[in-house]
Amino acid sequence: MNPVELKYSKTHEWVKAEGNLVTMGITDHAQSSLGDIVFVELPDIDTTIKAGTAFGTVESVKAVSDIISPVNGKVMEYNQEVLDSPELLNQDPYGEGWLVKVEVEDLTVLEDLLSAAEYEAFLAEEGE
Amino acid sequence: MTELKRTSLFAEHQKLGAKLIDFGGWEMPVQYVGVIEEHKTVRSKAGLFDVSHMGEIEIKGEDSLPFLQYLLTNDVSHIADNQIQYSLMCYPEGGVVDDVLIYRFHPEHFLLVVNASNTDKDFAWLESQAQSYKVQLKNRSQDYAQMALQGPLAQQILQKLTSMDLTQVKYYWFEEGEVASVPCLLSRTGYTGEDGFEVYCSPEQASYLWQKILETGREEGVMPIGLGARDTLRFEARLPLYGNEIGPDITPLEAGLGNFVKFTKGDFLGRDALLKQKEKGVPRKLVGLEMIERGIARSHYPLQKEGKEIGFVTSGSYAPTLNKNIALGLIAAEYAQLGETLEVMIRGKAVKAQIVPSQFYKRPK
Repeated sequence: MNPVELKYSKTHEWVKAEGNLVTMGITDHAQSSLGDIVFVELPDIDTTIKAGTAFGTVESVKAVSDIISPVNGKVMEYNQEVLDSPELLNQDPYGEGWLVKVEVEDLTVLEDLLSAAEYEAFLAEEGE
Repeated sequence: MTELKRTSLFAEHQKLGAKLIDFGGWEMPVQYVGVIEEHKTVRSKAGLFDVSHMGEIEIKGEDSLPFLQYLLTNDVSHIADNQIQYSLMCYPEGGVVDDVLIYRFHPEHFLLVVNASNTDKDFAWLESQAQSYKVQLKNRSQDYAQMALQGPLAQQILQKLTSMDLTQVKYYWFEEGEVASVPCLLSRTGYTGEDGFEVYCSPEQASYLWQKILETGREEGVMPIGLGARDTLRFEARLPLYGNEIGPDITPLEAGLGNFVKFTKGDFLGRDALLKQKEKGVPRKLVGLEMIERGIARSHYPLQKEGKEIGFVTSGSYAPTLNKNIALGLIAAEYAQLGETLEVMIRGKAVKAQIVPSQFYKRPK
């Protein structure tokens, strides 16, 4: 259900590393919990993001949610499509709903993230 | 820990897989399939809401009418038997106790329908004001389940379930009869800006009636609707929400509800304070706002004009029918000009919005 080639955080973000370029987004569980997404805020190109801190926000009709970065890096690209059509996050969170591409120097942090199976176990534990 | 209250339709919401939340102490469905889809269904077809958590207070006795005239800001003598009126109930200082619907059965029998979160407070308030009037007050909330079928297809769907001629039940009038053989009180009222009905029945028969309505409307695309869409629908239609547009610190005049305050009818609670406010000039005004820069204004966000704080957002959201981010804001009256820009403080950032007419949505004739 959650793509096996991705890694996951306990705050419901996913990452995909291709060399030093890391693509990030929110998980299917996150978009489903939020409900209809109506607004997304993403950082500008060249912004430095710090692991464990918010790099953007996702808003549903009723609530505002921070997106937490699992990595340190510099923003190389952000997904304009998602800014224009926030519903893409609900429809295709792992594909067209990607949020940012970040240049990451230290990729070892990815080892601390969860595999798809570990993420699913984590969700089950949390009773979600 | 106090447990959340449940309406007689709770099992239905569970069956339908609703996302349940705590709404003023009640465990209620916020959505079934999604707020936006539910919202759009009400505007284009029809949707069914469980509103059983609302309160019903019965007023009977020879002084019913004078008591209500004193209690409410609107002129209750204007309604006939089987007619309904919207009104505010104010404190002596002019702030709002609640907004209500008053149903008249006959001159010595009325039903006050009140907000779910205010039922106990309102009943206590009525009791405290009824001392010198010959009236009997009864909190009948637990005797009523209530559901609302709202949308352009509401009448045709409900008509299939009743021999009452619904074309004869006009806007803000009610009838008593049977729907799906269930004894009901049925009023042409609602909180969505669409045509529709509110149906009151006994809690024991509520599930059956709920199921029959959904079944009957299934082909036409009727859906159950949660409180999330209920809020976006009423907000687009500029209908006030107690706790947002009105409250103990906001007068009906500030909220733009002066039409429901009748100074010439005689004395009523809050009359002097409101008249003074009207004569001096209402200090704050409720305005419509449309975001000009990217962002969503939400309840309580501060409003500024060139860095100076001038008020706050009462309600704000993405509006599904208009496909825009809009808000209602209460601001110092001198800034309340159509076309003016101001800034919404969204999590510390100033985001521009423009003052627009607040009747964002009006249903097509």
